[in-house]
Amino acid sequence: MSIIDSLLYHWNVNILSHSLLRLNIWLRAEISRASWKSKYLAPPLKISWLNKDLVTRHWLRGHYANQRHKVAWVTSGAPTELLKALDYFIVYPENHAAICGTARVAVDIMSVAEEAGYSQDICSYARTDFGTLLSGKTPVGKLPRPDLLLACTNICQTVLFWYRVLARHFNIPLIVIDTPFVYHSEATEHALQFVLRQLEQAIPVAEQVAGKSLQERKLKEVGRLSKMATELWLEIIERNQHQPAPISVIDQFIQMAPIVEMRGDAETVDFYAAMLKEVDERIANGIGAVKGEKKRLLWDNLPIWYRLRYLAEFLGENGVAIVASTYTNAWGELARYYDVERGLESLALACIYVILNRSTGHKLKTMQRMIEEYHLDGVILHSDRSCKPYSIGQMDQRDRLIREFEKPALLLEADHNDFRCFAEQQVANRLAAFVEMLER
Amino acid sequence: MAEVRALGIDVGSTTAKIVGIDDDGRIIWHVLEQADPQVGKQVEKFLELAREVTPILSVPIEGEREIGVPLIATGYGRKLVHQATRTVTEITCHARGVFRELGHGGTLVDIGGQDSKVIGISPKGEVVDFSMNDKCAAGTGRFLENTANRLGVHLDRLGEVTLSTVEEVSISSTCTVFAESEVISLIAHGVATEPILKGLHRSLIKRVVAMIRTVGLRPPLMLSGGVVRNPAIPQILQEETGEEVIIPRHPQLMGALGAALIALELVE
Repeated sequence: MSIIDSLLYHWNVNILSHSLLRLNIWLRAEISRASWKSKYLAPPLKISWLNKDLVTRHWLRGHYANQRHKVAWVTSGAPTELLKALDYFIVYPENHAAICGTARVAVDIMSVAEEAGYSQDICSYARTDFGTLLSGKTPVGKLPRPDLLLACTNICQTVLFWYRVLARHFNIPLIVIDTPFVYHSEATEHALQFVLRQLEQAIPVAEQVAGKSLQERKLKEVGRLSKMATELWLEIIERNQHQPAPISVIDQFIQMAPIVEMRGDAETVDFYAAMLKEVDERIANGIGAVKGEKKRLLWDNLPIWYRLRYLAEFLGENGVAIVASTYTNAWGELARYYDVERGLESLALACIYVILNRSTGHKLKTMQRMIEEYHLDGVILHSDRSCKPYSIGQMDQRDRLIREFEKPALLLEADHNDFRCFAEQQVANRLAAFVEMLER
Repeated sequence: MAEVRALGIDVGSTTAKIVGIDDDGRIIWHVLEQADPQVGKQVEKFLELAREVTPILSVPIEGEREIGVPLIATGYGRKLVHQATRTVTEITCHARGVFRELGHGGTLVDIGGQDSKVIGISPKGEVVDFSMNDKCAAGTGRFLENTANRLGVHLDRLGEVTLSTVEEVSISSTCTVFAESEVISLIAHGVATEPILKGLHRSLIKRVVAMIRTVGLRPPLMLSGGVVRNPAIPQILQEETGEEVIIPRHPQLMGALGAALIALELVE
């Protein structure tokens, strides 16, 4: 990197974002909080602007990342710590796709992929990613070109094919970590060893692309930060066992961006420490995410990114708060597996015990535990057309929630990123009928 | 005529209904019409009619909030009834209406013009679970309407023609559009109208039975909605479930009745 490039980078990423952008984001957040008029929902968390600042800076860094770092594109369940320790700049295409979803530009972008021949039956995250790849369209300015790809099959099999498309497109190495499915409560020793061997084999490939060697000290440091951030996140979401719940799951969907795309960074730990403090302040002051909380629900599956506000407002108006979610919990429940002293083994455990790599019975047990611990009145199961591994089993889970746990459960058909699969009228009708049923 | 104490209006996709009930929740007046796309105009007309039959009735005028006789709106167009005191979904209203009419819980199947629903009702009349058709007209009245048109059979004669034969051809499509193509193909192969119609009814009912399974059948099985006017529907539903099908006296008015009963609670 030349001196001019370096100066330009510092001006754009550090000076500009630390002053002008930061000020702009803070001011807008303060104005939004000051002019908050909702009769049903608490104003956004004070730390929301910090989240926005972190995410904006992340993508701003991404814009210039190719000049300073090797860049890796990874799946959300991948052992990113390995690459962080090698100083890679990490991009999560799924996270980028979710940003496109909330910005309501995803369908426009994925249409490009569909025109190129990718079927509408493929995951809408993958289609959004392919659309950006083919058109360059993105709300974050620009995605840095990857030098390495890391796909872990613990979230779905689609990533295997998705990342092969990326590898062919960019003509770069692809590391695949294949995680055997955990059918029973514990993974077999053989399965763990299988994942561990793959991680060992991934290191030289990642080192070669990075042009440097992995240092144990660095890996431990990143692992320590990952553990701290996931533990804080778990603490935050568990604070919702309190009644009224200080934050809704809709808030969690927004505030989870750093734990997904910036896990292993010191700033992420600071952010969640600040968030926990604010959540505790809300509890101390008796502030609930939904004013006059009457009913508490569980959300299963990915968010409907393009209708978060609608859901929050509709439910809030009826005194209904979504307070627990198997999805946001997925980024917290792995905290216990991170152990800096166990190195790669702890990464293998964190890979293999991801909720989507475990049985539908395990998910049912998680929901049952949440129903008790969070004092829930019902469950909304988002049947996500794009995420088959998450949606499979929901019909049976719904039946058992109703019959065995006597909790009303609603199956809501939609898609996490493709609003063409969201029938507004039908969804509104089902939600309204469900709320009336809860009130009986 | 007894005094109308509460009104319920059900704006469906195919028909619109208004029901007036007395102090005891009995239907003492009702109107049922084909749904007008201009919902506001039709609702205003309904309320004019209500004023005619009950001169002492003080129905709120659009834009004014004071309540004379309370009006609850339900159905697909409920949000467009600006005169309503409140809106309630058709799930809650149908359960309330049918429980009042029949006096017991069970499983209610309501087959409307563009939606079908199955509602599990507790012995106390509460909704315990429900299922609705999603993003698709399969299993609704529109499925039969479309294909009957294609076969040139008038809707009023659909049941009679269907039940006039013991023969039946299997229709594999549950999709309304694909079933129409399948019917065209069968006609082209010289298959008679009656067995095709019977197959179509079976196809619709099988879709409904799948929805019943989602909720879980808790007898007795009850049936409401405009499609009940077609006698082939209850008969085939009975065949497919093995359960006797109970039909309330005013099967098309259950939603509006339920809405009126909820409105009556506001008076009380």
